[in-house]
Amino acid sequence: MKFLKGALIVLVACMFFFCEGAGGPGEVEVLHWWTSGGEAAAVAVLKEMLEEEGHTWKDFAVAGGGGDQAMTVLKSRAVAGNPPAAAQVKGPQIQLWGDEGVLTNLDDVAQAEKWDELVPKVVADIMKYQGHWVAVPVNVHRINWMWCNPEVFKKAGAKIPTTWAEFEDACKKIQAAGMIPVAWGGQPWQEATVFEIIVAGVGGTDFYKKALVDADPAALNSPTMVEVLKTFKMIKQYTDPGAPGRDWNLATAMVIKGEAGMQFMGDWAKGEFTAAGKVPNTDYVAAVAPGTSKQFIFNIDSFIMFKVQAKNEAAQKAMARLILQPKFQEVFNINKGSIPVRMGMPEGPFDAPARLAMKDFSETSKTGGLIPSMAHEMAVMPAIRGAIMDVVTNFYNSDLSAEDAAAQLADAVKAAK
Amino acid sequence: MRGREPVMVGERSTGAVIGRIIVYSILIVAALYFLIPFFVMAMTSLKTMNDIRTGNLISFPREFTLDAWGKAWSSACTGINCEGVKGYFLNSVQMVIPAVIISTLIGAVNGYVFSKWRFKGSETIFSFLLLGCFIPFQIILLPMSQTLGVLRIGQSIFGLIFVHIVYGLPFTSLFFRNFYVTIPDEIIKAAKIDGAGFFKIFWKIILPVSLPIFVVAIIWQTTQIWNDFLFGVAFSGSDSQPITVALNNLVNTSTGVKEYNVDMAAAIIAGLPTLIVYIVAGKYFLRGLTAGAVKG
Amino acid sequence: MQIPMRNKLQNPGILHRIENFLPKLVVIPTIAVAAVFIYGFIGWTTYISFTDSRLLPKYELVGFHQYVRLFTNFNLFPPESRWSVAVVNLLIFSVLFIVLCIIIGLLLAIFLDQRIRGEGFFRTIYLYPMALSFIVTGAAWRWILNPDLGIERLIQQLGFGDFTFRWLVDSNMAIYTIVIAAVWQSSGFVLALFLAGLRGIDDSIIKAAKVDGASLPRIYLRIVIPSLRPVFLSAVIILLHISIKSFDLVMVLTRGGPGFSTDMPATFMYAFAFNRGSLAFGAASAVIMFLAVMAIIIPYLYSELRGTRNAR
Repeated sequence: MKFLKGALIVLVACMFFFCEGAGGPGEVEVLHWWTSGGEAAAVAVLKEMLEEEGHTWKDFAVAGGGGDQAMTVLKSRAVAGNPPAAAQVKGPQIQLWGDEGVLTNLDDVAQAEKWDELVPKVVADIMKYQGHWVAVPVNVHRINWMWCNPEVFKKAGAKIPTTWAEFEDACKKIQAAGMIPVAWGGQPWQEATVFEIIVAGVGGTDFYKKALVDADPAALNSPTMVEVLKTFKMIKQYTDPGAPGRDWNLATAMVIKGEAGMQFMGDWAKGEFTAAGKVPNTDYVAAVAPGTSKQFIFNIDSFIMFKVQAKNEAAQKAMARLILQPKFQEVFNINKGSIPVRMGMPEGPFDAPARLAMKDFSETSKTGGLIPSMAHEMAVMPAIRGAIMDVVTNFYNSDLSAEDAAAQLADAVKAAK
Repeated sequence: MRGREPVMVGERSTGAVIGRIIVYSILIVAALYFLIPFFVMAMTSLKTMNDIRTGNLISFPREFTLDAWGKAWSSACTGINCEGVKGYFLNSVQMVIPAVIISTLIGAVNGYVFSKWRFKGSETIFSFLLLGCFIPFQIILLPMSQTLGVLRIGQSIFGLIFVHIVYGLPFTSLFFRNFYVTIPDEIIKAAKIDGAGFFKIFWKIILPVSLPIFVVAIIWQTTQIWNDFLFGVAFSGSDSQPITVALNNLVNTSTGVKEYNVDMAAAIIAGLPTLIVYIVAGKYFLRGLTAGAVKG
Repeated sequence: MQIPMRNKLQNPGILHRIENFLPKLVVIPTIAVAAVFIYGFIGWTTYISFTDSRLLPKYELVGFHQYVRLFTNFNLFPPESRWSVAVVNLLIFSVLFIVLCIIIGLLLAIFLDQRIRGEGFFRTIYLYPMALSFIVTGAAWRWILNPDLGIERLIQQLGFGDFTFRWLVDSNMAIYTIVIAAVWQSSGFVLALFLAGLRGIDDSIIKAAKVDGASLPRIYLRIVIPSLRPVFLSAVIILLHISIKSFDLVMVLTRGGPGFSTDMPATFMYAFAFNRGSLAFGAASAVIMFLAVMAIIIPYLYSELRGTRNAR
């Protein structure tokens, strides 16, 4: 039955498109960890577009640990010599996979589709291995957002903060009014997300680059870092006891329901508001995190493409091409809450937070305020990221002093290099 | 080996009655402790989301509903696909049955050899095999994937079956060996004098008395293999993922509103087969243990 | 010492020769499989631990570098490095887990052995957690232990407003919640072992003691429990192996958190080898783990195999 169906699809596809050897319909197996509602719906669009062209999408979803689980599976499959056609891999890790010599060269698609003109250079550089395209960027997330429930602020008589001093003030008021000031998800990556926002907000762009991109021990163990850590720890008293281990979307739900005032999280949180039927600037406010209005901490999702059997090459290349098509860029990013990585897309269909992000994205790419996220694996190699995150999360969850933590940061990074 | 008469707590004196009341109360309290997690899961799976938000952990559902069960089985999203866990359930079944049968049978023959047909060095070989019970499975993930790739059974149910057989063998061999050690050698000797060979003795003499230990081995293997997540996630392909992987995808992510009732229903569905095996065969499990596996 | 059985029949011939070789033949596949998939892979891991493999395996040797890293800042009391936290956690966990499982298992087994009505019913209840993996029950446990949703809220709703139970989210206490869940899962199995052991004890010894006027607790302490010694040994070994391998449990309940306060060697190894692109470092921790297991298991196996030989 399945075979018949497949044969039928091939036949129909051949009738519509001309069948040319390896150019025929094939199958792409896609490893990803987009399993939450909005994300799954967003990526399903790509599946439909691919199927319209006659190809088959084999879904291989592995949830858990922000892709940690999926990476284990990918490694296991790569050493088995049977990697999926496409896998969700990002940032510096693309270079590591490039080193292994298992990636397929996408230069032909890139040239035909003029990717170099469509995508900012900062992004293109991440997607290339030794000058060749090996990965396809999907979207751009901004990390340094603060999602606020205006109702909570109103009840507490507080205003949405733009500096860390105002932030603490607002927290006090919300707490006094009997609500939780900050919705916190106590998982290491979430803690690291807030940490890096504060590094940018308190330390500034240059400090951020030295500390979290170059992983310079001198910057990591500095008075500025101590200040950053103190600000970071200050937030703890404004969170609730249920925070440890909480998933990010449950923390978002607390803001949606008005139990908590604000949450620091990337713009994927918007998907949760949208799914709950909330409207930006009325039901919720997406504010840039305190002190970071001139910065754009970015997180880019991308697919790397592995070498596949000849019969599936066409399908794989089609997937690569479709990802950067305006149609997918628009639908996907609206669904997921991110902004298109393809430049020059009409702003029209996007909502207010996305428009602000699109504007800031192009502006910061000129001013230098466009900085890669450490927490989201865009800035440093996994071993260094892990070392930083260990110290950060240990500091937040123990009685370690900020001074000691800063010293440990420098040591841990030295050891991991 | 027959069960001994249990020791009685004295005669029917007042002291003894109080004693029995204490014994029963302790047993009941312990039973409650053991039941709580399952109770929480079962109650939650029968509630509506609204009920969950307003009620507490152990409150009864205000209205019983099987909606969550239906959704978990056939329409919950485990990725892009929203077809519930039923496909994965079948994958697990296809994986568990052959893996359990093969690993148990080979284990039985191994146990037979290691207890009744010892040869020079067989004890040493057996102890080296036993060490296989104790290796942390994380360390074999990558070399195993490589090997499965070479054997061309990577990312398939066959690959999973193979892995489970390989790492089940030390356990099953141990069970059967310890059981067969208790069968008197004289019986085997007598059979040999009658001219019976290796397989004939196994078939006519050993197998007929092996039921208790088969139950132990089958229960152990079924539970281990059905519940495995690590191998299931690392060695499966997109159409051979077992139910534990689907459950993980379901529980470890969520739509806008987290549907605890669906999560819990899916969890119970995933646990049901092994649960039934324990409830139905639990008695024989204990008998099997009594009959030999406990030997020090 | 038992002399291994040999076929003493005097009819040499081709059939007989095959018959003699048959036992070896049937275990050869198992031996081959064990050689490759257990020892080959252990060898592979050991080799990798001496390389600088990051994302995927690489085969150039770099010496003891990874081991040096592993034991830098290694200080158990108080633990400093993440590895020492993992080791200390394993120590705390195994001791508590094994002791509690044995106490609970033994007591319940003794009570169940008192001609209890509905014994089968109780036994099934005590045994069922063994049937379920933590992937299945983890969500329920997380919920029960969570201050917002679980026991704390329940007891507060019952009118005890000051009641707090926040071990899961307290980095000093979270390891104990893992013990609670682990004991829940495994003590039923220990109970089954002890119950089986109790049923195997010769009745006449106890009867004789009773005739001598010994009280029941005394009979248990002096006669029954000592005669269960082999069961204790089996139980300890099985529990030890569970605690060293404990992985699902930690991943599901706390993911090693808060911070990395509930990290264990198994989760440590997994995190470095697979999530952080430090395969060689993870392999080094696995080798240490394996050596530790061997240090415990080999003496046990030695006594176990001698013991069964003597018993016959």
